[in-house]
Amino acid sequence: MARAATTTDAFNAVAEPRRRQILDVLAAGERPVNDLVAQLGLAQPLVSKHLRVLRQVGLVEVREEGRQRLYRLNGHPLKPIHDWVKNYERSWSQRFDRLDAVLAELKEKEQADESRNE
Amino acid sequence: MKVGTSSGSAVVTLPTDTQILITREFAAPKHLVYQAWTTPELIKRWWSGDRGEVTIAEVDLRVGGTWRYAMAANGGFEVAFHGEYLEIVENERIVSTEIYEGMPGEEGAVTTAIFSEGDGRTTLTLLMELPSREVRDVVIDSGMEGGMQEALDHLEQIAASRA
Repeated sequence: MARAATTTDAFNAVAEPRRRQILDVLAAGERPVNDLVAQLGLAQPLVSKHLRVLRQVGLVEVREEGRQRLYRLNGHPLKPIHDWVKNYERSWSQRFDRLDAVLAELKEKEQADESRNE
Repeated sequence: MKVGTSSGSAVVTLPTDTQILITREFAAPKHLVYQAWTTPELIKRWWSGDRGEVTIAEVDLRVGGTWRYAMAANGGFEVAFHGEYLEIVENERIVSTEIYEGMPGEEGAVTTAIFSEGDGRTTLTLLMELPSREVRDVVIDSGMEGGMQEALDHLEQIAASRA
């Protein structure tokens, strides 16, 4: 799939499965990069690259502790996406609830037609 | 006789940054779901959801044929979509373009609807592919069906006129 070379927003950042994995791990708590490398089974340069993207869009924050850099999740940039998906889901659910009523009627009619033909 | 019950809510996921995937199960065989999905009189009964009344449901169900739906939303404004059928397999799948008429010059999305049946129940899978991230951003900003943003704009206008 064609994808833009640069990542500029949270939506795009979480479209990549490995970055979602990183967020999942960080959701459990702050981690140094070595832990992420071990848990994900990916090469460190790749993990660092994904962390860089996640930091750019504000989904991951970093702080120094001694010689370690600790990464942590910041879910805030995901909120607009979450809100939009929920809203979209709600409007389709309303449509589908009406479709259910139409289908129940079609089914009833079909069954009535079948029993008449028996 | 009690026939069918609601089968739960729609599930929306975002597989990539230009795709929106919706799935929903229905307590009916797929030929009936397909019928309700493609018959104008039936579309009029569900397409607007709780947002208003469907005023137009035109369906020319053949490859190269067009469709157009419009609704009078509860705020009084009209929301319309149209598109072209790219692929049709009766009772199985429909691929079509979808353009929101409130956004002139906007490229359309391509939507694939797949109807799959098991044990007399049908799973509808709707995959919407947006042409670019820019369009996706417009879609998200507009609340997808224009309705939300338009409703807000409308409110804003009313508020402004009374200020």
